[in-house]
Amino acid sequence: MSRVKQQTWRFDHPIYLSATGTAVGPLEARGPLGGTFDKAYNTLSCGEKNWSDAERTLMRRAVAYCLAKAGRKESDIDLFLAGDLMDQTVTSNFIARENRIPYLGMFGACSTSMETIAQAAQLVDSDYADRVLCAVSSHNATAERQFRYPTEYGGPLNLTQTFTVTGAGAALVSRESGNVRVTEATLGRVIDWGISDPNNMGAAMAPAAADTIWRHFQDTGRSPDDYDLIVTGDLSRVGSPILKELLLEKGLDITKQHQDCGLMVYSPEQPVNAGGSGCACSAVVTFGYLYRRLTEGSLKRVIVVATGALLNKSTTKEKDTIPCIAHGVVFESVKGANR
Amino acid sequence: MLNDPKNYSDNIKPYLPKVPYVRNCLKAFVSGGLICVIGQFLQVFYIHFFHFTKASAGNPTSATLILIASLMTGCGLYDKIARFSGAGSIVPVTGFANSITSAALEHKSEGIVLGVATNLFSLAGSVIVFGVVSAAVLGIIRLFLAQAF
Repeated sequence: MSRVKQQTWRFDHPIYLSATGTAVGPLEARGPLGGTFDKAYNTLSCGEKNWSDAERTLMRRAVAYCLAKAGRKESDIDLFLAGDLMDQTVTSNFIARENRIPYLGMFGACSTSMETIAQAAQLVDSDYADRVLCAVSSHNATAERQFRYPTEYGGPLNLTQTFTVTGAGAALVSRESGNVRVTEATLGRVIDWGISDPNNMGAAMAPAAADTIWRHFQDTGRSPDDYDLIVTGDLSRVGSPILKELLLEKGLDITKQHQDCGLMVYSPEQPVNAGGSGCACSAVVTFGYLYRRLTEGSLKRVIVVATGALLNKSTTKEKDTIPCIAHGVVFESVKGANR
Repeated sequence: MLNDPKNYSDNIKPYLPKVPYVRNCLKAFVSGGLICVIGQFLQVFYIHFFHFTKASAGNPTSATLILIASLMTGCGLYDKIARFSGAGSIVPVTGFANSITSAALEHKSEGIVLGVATNLFSLAGSVIVFGVVSAAVLGIIRLFLAQAF
């Protein structure tokens, strides 16, 4: 592996997303990408007796699909990297208890999806592991409890507020050839431009996404036209235009290529306020929809920049501003290698 | 210029969705008013059929509204109504009932004592604290005013 300028890793060996697995809740299944997920649950409870168990079921299912598609058992996997939004990332911890694979817990809030892939690719590239299983999850009800109000509370709604995606995504990173390559990763800095409103994460995270994307193009020397899509995690309807303007001011025009997972996963008619968010937001879109299109070759090169707000409920009440981060990972279609 | 970390929160204001204050107020007025109308019917009902006085009918009226709101919370309906009505369904006693019932439901999985009982007033507690404190303060003021005049 080699570092390219300041913040970008370029993997020396061909590293692949050998297989992926996704599981989602009812609202995501009814969204525009509904057909690209492996498993859709009809109820938010996913047949479990409480929300925590429901989230675990989602991650367990996503992991099972991923392993089944790769034709692998738990014992074939060298390392399990996983994260979620619950206190002490318990969903991941409890799944690791079941699958008994050596485990590293990851946390980068909603950027965890790409943080795990970048870390996994680096470990495989440097020969510390042959096969690394990555997984992230989020659940609307557990996140509401963690960060906002009880599920059934009829609280005030904010137009800038996002809606946590219920789902989980898993991916197997290895050197065994596949259709989607992981070629580079740009790791983000923590950026805080003074937004303290936890109901406006899109605006809070936009500068972090802009910083990572800007750094990526500086490091690689490419231009946005070298990408079919520049996808952000969960900037929503509010943060997306801000991101484009932030970069446009610096002379980088990503208007043509930019899309946001939070806006892709739901249709505008669905009651999700400013759009989707959560670890699973970027994970299910990347491992479901984008993976499928990269496999087909209808997308050649994509960078997914997952954005995370690194706050908790107490920092919000203490009126602290929100530190944010964004990690970018470049995926290339093997069919599009001649690009 | 958005690339200005110091004034970022001011400069992004044009990018934020406009809050439809007038429409929100109207919705709150109509839906909150509707809850009060239902309450009025209940009060008349209790006076007419159960021979409560106008003053004493308040208790069974609130109790009925609380029961209805709690049942609707349990059935997952109250938060859907609140999406439309905003303050209209938060301010009346039904909103108070919703805040308690929803907290109870949320923490049910953690057990009766440390889950439900501990968290029952996690949202409503502040209402009770300020209600009791302001009642006490006003009561003392009233007492002194009554002495003085």
